[in-house]
Amino acid sequence: MSAFLTYLLNGLAVGCAIALIASGLVVIHRVTGVVNFAQGTFAVVAGLCASSLLGLGLPHGASELAAVLAAAVAGLLTGLAAVGRPGTTPLSSLIVTLGVGVLAYAVEIVLWGDQPRSAPGLAGSVTVAGARIQTQHLLVIAVTAVAFAALALFFGRTYLGKALTACASNPYAARVVGIDVRRMGLLAFALGGLLGGLAGVLVTPMRPISFDSDVTLIVNGFAAAVFGALTRPVITLAGALLLGVAETMAAGYGYGSHQLEIALGLMLVVMIVQAGRRPAISQEPT
Amino acid sequence: MTPAPVVEVTDLVVAYGAATALDRVTLSVAEGEMVALLGPNGAGKSTLANALAGLLRPASGTVTVRGRLALIPEGRQLFPDLSVADNLALGGWRSGVRDPSAVYDVLPRLAELADRRAGVLSGGEQQMVAFGRALMSRPDVLVVDELSLGLAPNVTAGLARHLAELNRARGLAVLLIEQNARLAFELCRRAYVLESGRLVTEGESAALAGDPRVAGAYLGGAIT
Repeated sequence: MSAFLTYLLNGLAVGCAIALIASGLVVIHRVTGVVNFAQGTFAVVAGLCASSLLGLGLPHGASELAAVLAAAVAGLLTGLAAVGRPGTTPLSSLIVTLGVGVLAYAVEIVLWGDQPRSAPGLAGSVTVAGARIQTQHLLVIAVTAVAFAALALFFGRTYLGKALTACASNPYAARVVGIDVRRMGLLAFALGGLLGGLAGVLVTPMRPISFDSDVTLIVNGFAAAVFGALTRPVITLAGALLLGVAETMAAGYGYGSHQLEIALGLMLVVMIVQAGRRPAISQEPT
Repeated sequence: MTPAPVVEVTDLVVAYGAATALDRVTLSVAEGEMVALLGPNGAGKSTLANALAGLLRPASGTVTVRGRLALIPEGRQLFPDLSVADNLALGGWRSGVRDPSAVYDVLPRLAELADRRAGVLSGGEQQMVAFGRALMSRPDVLVVDELSLGLAPNVTAGLARHLAELNRARGLAVLLIEQNARLAFELCRRAYVLESGRLVTEGESAALAGDPRVAGAYLGGAIT
Protein backbone atom coordinates (compact mmCIF):
# COMPACT_ATOMS: atom_id res chain seq x y z
CA MET A 1 0.00 0.00 0.00
CA SER A 2 2.77 2.45 0.88
CA ALA A 3 4.47 1.51 -2.39
CA PHE A 4 1.26 2.41 -4.21
CA LEU A 5 1.08 5.75 -2.39
CA THR A 6 4.74 6.44 -3.20
CA TYR A 7 4.13 5.75 -6.90
CA LEU A 8 1.01 7.90 -6.80
CA LEU A 9 2.79 10.89 -5.24
CA ASN A 10 5.82 10.54 -7.49
CA GLY A 11 3.44 10.14 -10.43
CA LEU A 12 1.72 13.39 -9.51
CA ALA A 13 5.10 15.15 -9.50
CA VAL A 14 5.95 13.71 -12.91
CA GLY A 15 2.47 14.70 -14.09
CA CYS A 16 3.01 18.26 -12.86
CA ALA A 17 6.18 18.58 -14.93
CA ILE A 18 4.24 17.30 -17.96
CA ALA A 19 1.48 19.79 -17.15
CA LEU A 20 3.95 22.69 -17.25
CA ILE A 21 5.17 21.61 -20.70
CA ALA A 22 1.57 21.15 -21.83
CA SER A 23 0.47 24.52 -20.46
CA GLY A 24 3.07 26.18 -22.67
CA LEU A 25 1.64 24.34 -25.67
CA VAL A 26 -1.87 25.44 -24.69
CA VAL A 27 -0.92 29.09 -24.16
CA ILE A 28 0.78 29.29 -27.55
CA HIS A 29 -2.00 27.42 -29.34
CA ARG A 30 -4.73 29.47 -27.69
CA VAL A 31 -3.27 32.74 -28.83
CA THR A 32 -1.70 31.90 -32.19
CA GLY A 33 -3.38 28.68 -33.30
CA VAL A 34 0.08 27.16 -33.69
CA VAL A 35 1.04 23.75 -32.29
CA ASN A 36 4.56 24.44 -31.06
CA PHE A 37 6.75 21.38 -31.53
CA ALA A 38 9.74 23.24 -30.07
CA GLN A 39 8.05 23.27 -26.64
CA GLY A 40 10.25 20.45 -25.28
CA THR A 41 13.30 22.36 -26.46
CA PHE A 42 12.56 25.21 -24.06
CA ALA A 43 12.68 22.76 -21.16
CA VAL A 44 15.95 21.27 -22.41
CA VAL A 45 17.53 24.72 -22.82
CA ALA A 46 16.50 25.70 -19.29
CA GLY A 47 17.67 22.40 -17.79
CA LEU A 48 21.07 22.57 -19.48
CA CYS A 49 21.49 26.26 -18.59
CA ALA A 50 20.65 25.56 -14.95
CA SER A 51 23.15 22.70 -14.75
CA SER A 52 25.89 24.89 -16.26
CA LEU A 53 25.16 27.89 -14.06
CA LEU A 54 25.06 25.76 -10.91
CA GLY A 55 28.31 24.15 -12.10
CA LEU A 56 29.85 27.62 -12.35
CA GLY A 57 29.03 28.15 -8.71
CA LEU A 58 25.98 30.40 -9.02
CA PRO A 59 23.57 29.90 -6.14
CA HIS A 60 20.27 28.05 -6.36
CA GLY A 61 17.43 30.35 -7.21
CA ALA A 62 19.51 32.72 -9.32
CA SER A 63 20.65 29.86 -11.57
CA GLU A 64 17.14 28.52 -12.06
CA LEU A 65 15.71 32.00 -12.62
CA ALA A 66 18.34 32.81 -15.24
CA ALA A 67 17.68 29.44 -16.92
CA VAL A 68 13.93 30.06 -17.06
CA LEU A 69 14.54 33.51 -18.54
CA ALA A 70 16.86 31.95 -21.13
CA ALA A 71 14.01 29.59 -22.06
CA ALA A 72 11.65 32.58 -22.37
CA VAL A 73 14.13 34.19 -24.78
CA ALA A 74 14.30 30.90 -26.69
CA GLY A 75 10.50 31.04 -26.82
CA LEU A 76 10.56 34.57 -28.16
CA LEU A 77 13.10 33.66 -30.84
CA THR A 78 11.03 30.62 -31.84
CA GLY A 79 8.00 32.91 -32.02
CA LEU A 80 9.85 35.36 -34.25
CA ALA A 81 10.71 32.51 -36.61
CA ALA A 82 7.24 30.94 -36.50
CA VAL A 83 4.79 33.86 -36.41
CA GLY A 84 7.03 36.87 -36.95
CA ARG A 85 6.12 37.22 -40.59
CA PRO A 86 2.52 38.41 -41.01
CA GLY A 87 0.32 36.04 -42.96
CA THR A 88 2.09 32.82 -41.96
CA THR A 89 -0.55 30.10 -41.59
CA PRO A 90 -0.59 28.07 -38.34
CA LEU A 91 0.34 24.97 -40.33
CA SER A 92 3.44 26.63 -41.82
CA SER A 93 4.33 27.92 -38.36
CA LEU A 94 4.07 24.37 -37.00
CA ILE A 95 6.65 23.21 -39.54
CA VAL A 96 8.88 26.16 -38.58
CA THR A 97 8.73 25.12 -34.90
CA LEU A 98 9.75 21.58 -35.90
CA GLY A 99 12.71 23.10 -37.73
CA VAL A 100 13.61 25.24 -34.73
CA GLY A 101 13.59 22.09 -32.59
CA VAL A 102 16.03 20.32 -34.92
CA LEU A 103 18.25 23.41 -35.19
CA ALA A 104 18.29 23.61 -31.41
CA TYR A 105 19.84 20.10 -31.28
CA ALA A 106 22.87 21.42 -33.14
CA VAL A 107 23.20 24.47 -30.92
CA GLU A 108 22.80 22.44 -27.74
CA ILE A 109 25.40 19.85 -28.81
CA VAL A 110 27.90 22.62 -29.61
CA LEU A 111 27.32 24.32 -26.25
CA TRP A 112 26.81 21.36 -23.92
CA GLY A 113 27.91 18.22 -25.77
CA ASP A 114 25.73 15.16 -26.22
CA GLN A 115 26.00 13.62 -22.76
CA PRO A 116 23.10 13.88 -20.29
CA ARG A 117 23.56 16.49 -17.58
CA SER A 118 21.99 16.74 -14.20
CA ALA A 119 21.62 19.43 -11.61
CA PRO A 120 21.22 19.18 -7.88
CA GLY A 121 17.71 19.95 -6.69
CA LEU A 122 16.24 20.01 -3.22
CA ALA A 123 17.83 17.24 -1.19
CA GLY A 124 16.04 14.95 1.24
CA SER A 125 12.63 13.42 1.39
CA VAL A 126 9.44 13.61 3.39
CA THR A 127 7.26 10.76 4.58
CA VAL A 128 3.55 11.21 3.94
CA ALA A 129 1.27 8.52 5.41
CA GLY A 130 4.02 5.96 5.18
CA ALA A 131 4.98 6.90 1.64
CA ARG A 132 8.36 8.48 0.99
CA ILE A 133 8.38 11.41 -1.42
CA GLN A 134 11.42 13.42 -2.42
CA THR A 135 11.39 17.07 -1.46
CA GLN A 136 12.14 17.98 -5.10
CA HIS A 137 8.90 16.25 -6.12
CA LEU A 138 6.97 18.33 -3.60
CA LEU A 139 8.61 21.44 -5.04
CA VAL A 140 7.49 20.46 -8.55
CA ILE A 141 3.92 20.01 -7.34
CA ALA A 142 3.95 23.34 -5.48
CA VAL A 143 5.44 25.32 -8.38
CA THR A 144 2.95 23.78 -10.82
CA ALA A 145 0.03 24.68 -8.57
CA VAL A 146 1.24 28.27 -8.34
CA ALA A 147 1.93 28.46 -12.10
CA PHE A 148 -1.57 27.21 -13.03
CA ALA A 149 -3.23 29.56 -10.53
CA ALA A 150 -1.21 32.45 -11.95
CA LEU A 151 -2.15 31.50 -15.51
CA ALA A 152 -5.84 31.29 -14.61
CA LEU A 153 -5.68 34.73 -13.00
CA PHE A 154 -3.71 36.19 -15.88
CA PHE A 155 -6.07 34.96 -18.62
CA GLY A 156 -9.28 35.31 -16.63
CA ARG A 157 -8.79 38.59 -14.85
CA THR A 158 -6.20 40.82 -16.47
CA TYR A 159 -6.75 43.10 -19.45
CA LEU A 160 -3.63 41.83 -21.20
CA GLY A 161 -4.72 38.23 -20.62
CA LYS A 162 -8.10 38.97 -22.16
CA ALA A 163 -6.45 40.68 -25.12
CA LEU A 164 -4.41 37.49 -25.64
CA THR A 165 -7.59 35.41 -25.50
CA ALA A 166 -9.22 37.84 -27.93
CA CYS A 167 -6.44 37.22 -30.47
CA ALA A 168 -7.24 33.51 -30.38
CA SER A 169 -10.99 34.04 -30.33
CA ASN A 170 -11.12 36.31 -33.38
CA PRO A 171 -7.82 37.61 -34.80
CA TYR A 172 -9.55 39.88 -37.30
CA ALA A 173 -11.66 41.51 -34.60
CA ALA A 174 -8.55 41.89 -32.44
CA ARG A 175 -6.98 43.91 -35.26
CA VAL A 176 -10.19 45.93 -35.65
CA VAL A 177 -9.97 47.14 -32.04
CA GLY A 178 -6.28 47.90 -32.51
CA ILE A 179 -4.56 44.93 -30.86
CA ASP A 180 -1.24 44.06 -32.48
CA VAL A 181 -1.91 40.35 -33.06
CA ARG A 182 1.68 39.63 -34.10
CA ARG A 183 3.09 41.13 -30.92
CA MET A 184 0.58 39.16 -28.85
CA GLY A 185 1.69 35.98 -30.62
CA LEU A 186 5.30 36.72 -29.71
CA LEU A 187 4.26 37.36 -26.12
CA ALA A 188 2.50 33.98 -26.08
CA PHE A 189 5.64 32.28 -27.38
CA ALA A 190 7.75 33.97 -24.68
CA LEU A 191 5.25 32.87 -22.05
CA GLY A 192 5.32 29.35 -23.50
CA GLY A 193 9.11 29.43 -23.29
CA LEU A 194 8.90 30.52 -19.68
CA LEU A 195 6.54 27.65 -18.78
CA GLY A 196 8.67 25.15 -20.67
CA GLY A 197 11.74 26.51 -18.89
CA LEU A 198 10.05 26.12 -15.53
CA ALA A 199 9.41 22.46 -16.36
CA GLY A 200 13.04 22.06 -17.46
CA VAL A 201 14.68 23.37 -14.27
CA LEU A 202 12.30 21.31 -12.14
CA VAL A 203 12.79 18.07 -14.08
CA THR A 204 16.59 18.18 -14.44
CA PRO A 205 17.27 17.19 -10.78
CA MET A 206 14.77 14.31 -11.14
CA ARG A 207 16.15 12.84 -14.36
CA PRO A 208 19.29 13.89 -16.24
CA ILE A 209 18.55 15.87 -19.37
CA SER A 210 20.28 15.83 -22.74
CA PHE A 211 19.76 17.59 -26.07
CA ASP A 212 17.24 14.99 -27.25
CA SER A 213 15.18 14.81 -24.04
CA ASP A 214 12.70 17.12 -25.73
CA VAL A 215 11.12 14.17 -27.54
CA THR A 216 9.97 12.49 -24.33
CA LEU A 217 8.88 15.82 -22.89
CA ILE A 218 6.93 16.95 -25.95
CA VAL A 219 5.22 13.57 -26.45
CA ASN A 220 3.99 13.61 -22.87
CA GLY A 221 3.12 17.29 -22.97
CA PHE A 222 1.34 16.96 -26.28
CA ALA A 223 -0.71 14.01 -25.00
CA ALA A 224 -1.88 16.11 -22.05
CA ALA A 225 -2.51 19.20 -24.18
CA VAL A 226 -4.59 17.19 -26.68
CA PHE A 227 -6.57 15.87 -23.72
CA GLY A 228 -7.48 19.51 -23.04
CA ALA A 229 -8.21 20.06 -26.75
CA LEU A 230 -5.14 22.35 -26.83
CA THR A 231 -7.18 25.17 -25.34
CA ARG A 232 -8.32 24.23 -21.82
CA PRO A 233 -5.64 24.51 -19.11
CA VAL A 234 -7.55 22.77 -16.31
CA ILE A 235 -8.38 19.65 -18.33
CA THR A 236 -4.80 19.69 -19.58
CA LEU A 237 -3.61 19.61 -15.97
CA ALA A 238 -5.91 16.67 -15.23
CA GLY A 239 -4.64 14.84 -18.31
CA ALA A 240 -1.03 15.46 -17.36
CA LEU A 241 -1.53 14.18 -13.80
CA LEU A 242 -3.25 11.07 -15.14
CA LEU A 243 -0.42 10.49 -17.56
CA GLY A 244 2.26 11.03 -14.92
CA VAL A 245 0.61 8.62 -12.48
CA ALA A 246 0.03 6.00 -15.20
CA GLU A 247 3.66 6.13 -16.30
CA THR A 248 5.05 6.04 -12.77
CA MET A 249 2.80 3.12 -11.86
CA ALA A 250 3.91 1.28 -14.98
CA ALA A 251 7.56 1.89 -14.11
CA GLY A 252 7.02 1.00 -10.46
CA TYR A 253 5.31 -2.27 -11.23
CA GLY A 254 7.98 -3.36 -13.65
CA TYR A 255 7.29 -1.91 -17.09
CA GLY A 256 9.81 0.91 -16.82
CA SER A 257 11.18 0.55 -20.32
CA HIS A 258 7.72 1.13 -21.83
CA GLN A 259 6.96 4.56 -20.34
CA LEU A 260 7.05 6.39 -23.64
CA GLU A 261 4.91 3.75 -25.33
CA ILE A 262 2.32 4.16 -22.60
CA ALA A 263 2.26 7.91 -23.18
CA LEU A 264 1.91 7.39 -26.92
CA GLY A 265 -0.80 4.79 -26.43
CA LEU A 266 -2.77 7.06 -24.12
CA MET A 267 -2.35 9.94 -26.55
CA LEU A 268 -3.70 7.82 -29.41
CA VAL A 269 -6.73 6.79 -27.38
CA VAL A 270 -7.39 10.39 -26.36
CA MET A 271 -7.03 11.66 -29.92
CA ILE A 272 -9.41 9.01 -31.25
CA VAL A 273 -11.97 9.85 -28.58
CA GLN A 274 -11.56 13.61 -29.18
CA ALA A 275 -11.83 13.19 -32.93
CA GLY A 276 -15.08 11.31 -32.41
CA ARG A 277 -16.49 14.06 -30.21
CA ARG A 278 -15.50 17.12 -32.19
CA PRO A 279 -12.71 18.27 -34.49
CA ALA A 280 -10.53 19.42 -31.60
CA ILE A 281 -7.33 20.18 -33.43
CA SER A 282 -8.63 20.76 -36.91
CA GLN A 283 -7.34 23.79 -38.74
CA GLU A 284 -9.26 26.81 -37.53
CA PRO A 285 -10.01 29.51 -40.05
CA THR A 286 -7.96 32.59 -39.33
CA MET B 1 -19.28 76.32 -46.13
CA THR B 2 -18.46 72.69 -45.43
CA PRO B 3 -16.59 71.70 -42.25
CA ALA B 4 -13.14 70.09 -42.53
CA PRO B 5 -13.23 66.44 -43.61
CA VAL B 6 -12.50 63.82 -40.93
CA VAL B 7 -12.03 61.16 -43.58
CA GLU B 8 -10.43 61.93 -46.90
CA VAL B 9 -9.79 59.20 -49.45
CA THR B 10 -7.96 60.14 -52.62
CA ASP B 11 -7.47 57.90 -55.67
CA LEU B 12 -7.41 54.82 -53.46
CA VAL B 13 -6.40 51.58 -55.16
CA VAL B 14 -6.47 48.29 -53.23
CA ALA B 15 -5.55 45.03 -54.93
CA TYR B 16 -5.68 41.40 -53.83
CA GLY B 17 -2.92 39.91 -55.94
CA ALA B 18 -3.87 40.55 -59.56
CA ALA B 19 -7.48 41.45 -58.74
CA THR B 20 -8.23 45.14 -58.19
CA ALA B 21 -10.79 45.48 -55.40
CA LEU B 22 -10.88 49.29 -55.32
CA ASP B 23 -10.04 51.39 -58.35
CA ARG B 24 -9.18 55.08 -57.81
CA VAL B 25 -11.84 55.74 -55.19
CA THR B 26 -12.13 59.30 -53.92
CA LEU B 27 -14.52 60.27 -51.17
CA SER B 28 -14.73 62.33 -48.00
CA VAL B 29 -16.73 62.55 -44.81
CA ALA B 30 -16.99 65.95 -43.15
CA GLU B 31 -16.92 66.55 -39.41
CA GLY B 32 -20.23 65.56 -37.89
CA GLU B 33 -21.59 64.35 -41.22
CA MET B 34 -23.45 61.13 -41.94
CA VAL B 35 -22.58 59.72 -45.34
CA ALA B 36 -23.79 56.52 -46.97
CA LEU B 37 -21.90 54.19 -49.23
CA LEU B 38 -24.13 51.94 -51.31
CA GLY B 39 -23.24 49.05 -53.49
CA PRO B 40 -24.05 45.44 -54.29
CA ASN B 41 -22.21 42.40 -52.90
CA GLY B 42 -18.62 42.27 -54.08
CA ALA B 43 -18.49 45.96 -54.98
CA GLY B 44 -15.54 46.49 -52.61
CA LYS B 45 -17.45 48.09 -49.73
CA SER B 46 -15.84 45.98 -47.00
CA THR B 47 -12.45 46.39 -48.62
CA LEU B 48 -12.93 50.14 -48.33
CA ALA B 49 -13.98 49.75 -44.68
CA ASN B 50 -10.84 47.73 -43.92
CA ALA B 51 -8.63 50.21 -45.75
CA LEU B 52 -10.15 53.08 -43.76
CA ALA B 53 -9.48 51.17 -40.52
CA GLY B 54 -5.86 50.71 -41.57
CA LEU B 55 -6.18 46.93 -41.84
CA LEU B 56 -5.30 46.85 -45.55
CA ARG B 57 -2.41 48.53 -47.24
CA PRO B 58 -3.38 50.55 -50.32
CA ALA B 59 -1.57 49.80 -53.57
CA SER B 60 -1.73 53.52 -54.28
CA GLY B 61 -3.64 56.62 -53.26
CA THR B 62 -4.10 57.98 -49.77
CA VAL B 63 -6.40 57.53 -46.80
CA THR B 64 -6.34 60.41 -44.32
CA VAL B 65 -8.25 60.19 -41.06
CA ARG B 66 -8.28 63.20 -38.72
CA GLY B 67 -9.12 62.04 -35.23
CA ARG B 68 -9.99 58.50 -34.25
CA LEU B 69 -11.83 56.11 -36.51
CA ALA B 70 -13.70 53.08 -35.26
CA LEU B 71 -15.05 50.28 -37.42
CA ILE B 72 -18.12 48.14 -36.84
CA PRO B 73 -17.09 45.32 -39.17
CA GLU B 74 -19.40 43.28 -41.35
CA GLY B 75 -20.82 40.30 -39.46
CA ARG B 76 -20.24 41.93 -35.98
CA GLN B 77 -16.91 40.11 -35.44
CA LEU B 78 -17.14 39.89 -31.67
CA PHE B 79 -14.96 37.82 -29.35
CA PRO B 80 -17.48 34.98 -28.87
CA ASP B 81 -15.71 33.38 -25.88
CA LEU B 82 -15.53 36.59 -23.88
CA SER B 83 -18.29 38.32 -21.94
CA VAL B 84 -20.04 41.40 -23.27
CA ALA B 85 -18.23 43.51 -20.65
CA ASP B 86 -14.87 42.13 -21.79
CA ASN B 87 -15.75 42.72 -25.44
CA LEU B 88 -16.50 46.33 -24.59
CA ALA B 89 -13.36 46.74 -22.47
CA LEU B 90 -11.20 45.49 -25.35
CA GLY B 91 -12.91 48.06 -27.57
CA GLY B 92 -11.07 50.61 -25.45
CA TRP B 93 -7.66 49.16 -26.37
CA ARG B 94 -6.72 52.27 -28.38
CA SER B 95 -8.35 54.92 -26.20
CA GLY B 96 -7.28 53.46 -22.86
CA VAL B 97 -10.91 53.53 -21.70
CA ARG B 98 -11.60 50.38 -19.68
CA ASP B 99 -14.85 51.29 -17.97
CA PRO B 100 -17.88 50.72 -20.22
CA SER B 101 -20.33 52.79 -18.12
CA ALA B 102 -20.39 55.63 -20.65
CA VAL B 103 -21.45 53.11 -23.31
CA TYR B 104 -24.08 51.68 -20.95
CA ASP B 105 -25.54 55.19 -20.73
CA VAL B 106 -26.03 55.20 -24.50
CA LEU B 107 -27.00 51.53 -24.85
CA PRO B 108 -28.55 50.52 -21.49
CA ARG B 109 -29.44 47.05 -22.78
CA LEU B 110 -25.72 46.21 -22.80
CA ALA B 111 -25.50 46.70 -19.04
CA GLU B 112 -28.10 43.92 -18.61
CA LEU B 113 -26.09 41.64 -20.92
CA ALA B 114 -22.69 42.52 -19.38
CA ASP B 115 -21.92 39.06 -17.97
CA ARG B 116 -23.27 37.02 -20.89
CA ARG B 117 -20.90 35.42 -23.37
CA ALA B 118 -21.01 37.40 -26.61
CA GLY B 119 -21.22 34.23 -28.71
CA VAL B 120 -24.64 33.21 -27.36
CA LEU B 121 -26.42 36.51 -28.02
CA SER B 122 -28.97 37.15 -30.77
CA GLY B 123 -27.91 38.94 -33.95
CA GLY B 124 -29.40 42.24 -32.85
CA GLU B 125 -27.75 42.04 -29.43
CA GLN B 126 -24.42 41.16 -31.04
CA GLN B 127 -24.69 44.15 -33.37
CA MET B 128 -25.35 46.31 -30.32
CA VAL B 129 -22.20 44.92 -28.64
CA ALA B 130 -20.22 45.64 -31.81
CA PHE B 131 -21.68 49.16 -31.75
CA GLY B 132 -20.78 49.62 -28.08
CA ARG B 133 -17.31 48.18 -28.60
CA ALA B 134 -16.66 50.72 -31.36
CA LEU B 135 -17.87 53.56 -29.11
CA MET B 136 -15.39 52.49 -26.41
CA SER B 137 -12.56 53.84 -28.52
CA ARG B 138 -14.14 57.33 -28.28
CA PRO B 139 -14.27 57.71 -32.05
CA ASP B 140 -14.61 60.93 -34.03
CA VAL B 141 -15.83 58.95 -36.99
CA LEU B 142 -17.60 55.60 -37.09
CA VAL B 143 -17.54 53.31 -40.11
CA VAL B 144 -20.51 50.94 -39.99
CA ASP B 145 -20.26 48.01 -42.38
CA GLU B 146 -23.75 46.61 -42.99
CA LEU B 147 -25.74 47.76 -39.97
CA SER B 148 -28.91 46.04 -41.14
CA LEU B 149 -27.49 42.75 -42.44
CA GLY B 150 -29.41 39.78 -41.07
CA LEU B 151 -31.40 41.87 -38.59
CA ALA B 152 -35.15 42.30 -38.22
CA PRO B 153 -36.37 45.73 -39.44
CA ASN B 154 -37.38 46.90 -35.96
CA VAL B 155 -33.95 45.95 -34.56
CA THR B 156 -32.25 47.84 -37.39
CA ALA B 157 -34.48 50.84 -36.78
CA GLY B 158 -33.53 50.86 -33.09
CA LEU B 159 -29.82 50.83 -33.87
CA ALA B 160 -30.29 53.49 -36.54
CA ARG B 161 -31.99 55.73 -33.97
CA HIS B 162 -28.98 55.35 -31.64
CA LEU B 163 -26.66 56.20 -34.52
CA ALA B 164 -28.63 59.32 -35.49
CA GLU B 165 -28.79 60.39 -31.85
CA LEU B 166 -25.01 60.07 -31.40
CA ASN B 167 -24.50 62.03 -34.57
CA ARG B 168 -26.85 64.79 -33.45
CA ALA B 169 -25.79 65.01 -29.80
CA ARG B 170 -22.06 64.42 -30.05
CA GLY B 171 -21.22 65.31 -33.62
CA LEU B 172 -20.06 61.76 -34.37
CA ALA B 173 -19.31 61.49 -38.09
CA VAL B 174 -20.60 58.29 -39.69
CA LEU B 175 -19.84 56.43 -42.88
CA LEU B 176 -22.71 54.00 -43.27
CA ILE B 177 -21.95 51.18 -45.65
CA GLU B 178 -25.22 49.60 -46.64
CA GLN B 179 -27.07 47.47 -49.14
CA ASN B 180 -30.32 48.77 -47.71
CA ALA B 181 -30.62 52.03 -49.64
CA ARG B 182 -33.89 53.01 -48.01
CA LEU B 183 -32.24 53.02 -44.58
CA ALA B 184 -29.13 54.76 -45.91
CA PHE B 185 -31.06 57.58 -47.62
CA GLU B 186 -33.20 58.04 -44.53
CA LEU B 187 -30.19 58.49 -42.24
CA CYS B 188 -27.69 60.23 -44.47
CA ARG B 189 -27.91 63.47 -46.38
CA ARG B 190 -25.27 62.43 -48.88
CA ALA B 191 -24.34 59.11 -50.49
CA TYR B 192 -21.82 57.41 -52.76
CA VAL B 193 -22.54 54.41 -54.96
CA LEU B 194 -19.77 51.86 -55.43
CA GLU B 195 -19.90 49.18 -58.13
CA SER B 196 -17.12 46.75 -59.08
CA GLY B 197 -14.56 48.75 -57.13
CA ARG B 198 -15.40 52.11 -58.69
CA LEU B 199 -17.55 55.00 -57.54
CA VAL B 200 -20.25 55.28 -60.16
CA THR B 201 -22.22 58.15 -58.72
CA GLU B 202 -22.52 60.41 -55.72
CA GLY B 203 -24.75 63.17 -54.49
CA GLU B 204 -27.51 64.25 -52.14
CA SER B 205 -29.62 61.34 -50.94
CA ALA B 206 -32.81 62.98 -52.16
CA ALA B 207 -31.40 63.41 -55.66
CA LEU B 208 -30.01 59.87 -55.74
CA ALA B 209 -33.31 58.42 -54.60
CA GLY B 210 -34.90 60.15 -57.54
CA ASP B 211 -32.25 58.89 -59.99
CA PRO B 212 -33.99 56.13 -61.95
CA ARG B 213 -30.84 54.01 -62.24
CA VAL B 214 -30.09 54.14 -58.51
CA ALA B 215 -33.74 53.70 -57.60
CA GLY B 216 -33.98 50.70 -59.92
CA ALA B 217 -30.87 49.03 -58.56
CA TYR B 218 -31.13 49.84 -54.86
CA LEU B 219 -34.68 50.74 -54.03
CA GLY B 220 -36.62 48.42 -56.33
CA GLY B 221 -35.11 45.17 -55.16
CA ALA B 222 -33.71 46.14 -51.83
CA ILE B 223 -36.77 46.84 -49.73
CA THR B 224 -36.37 45.16 -46.39
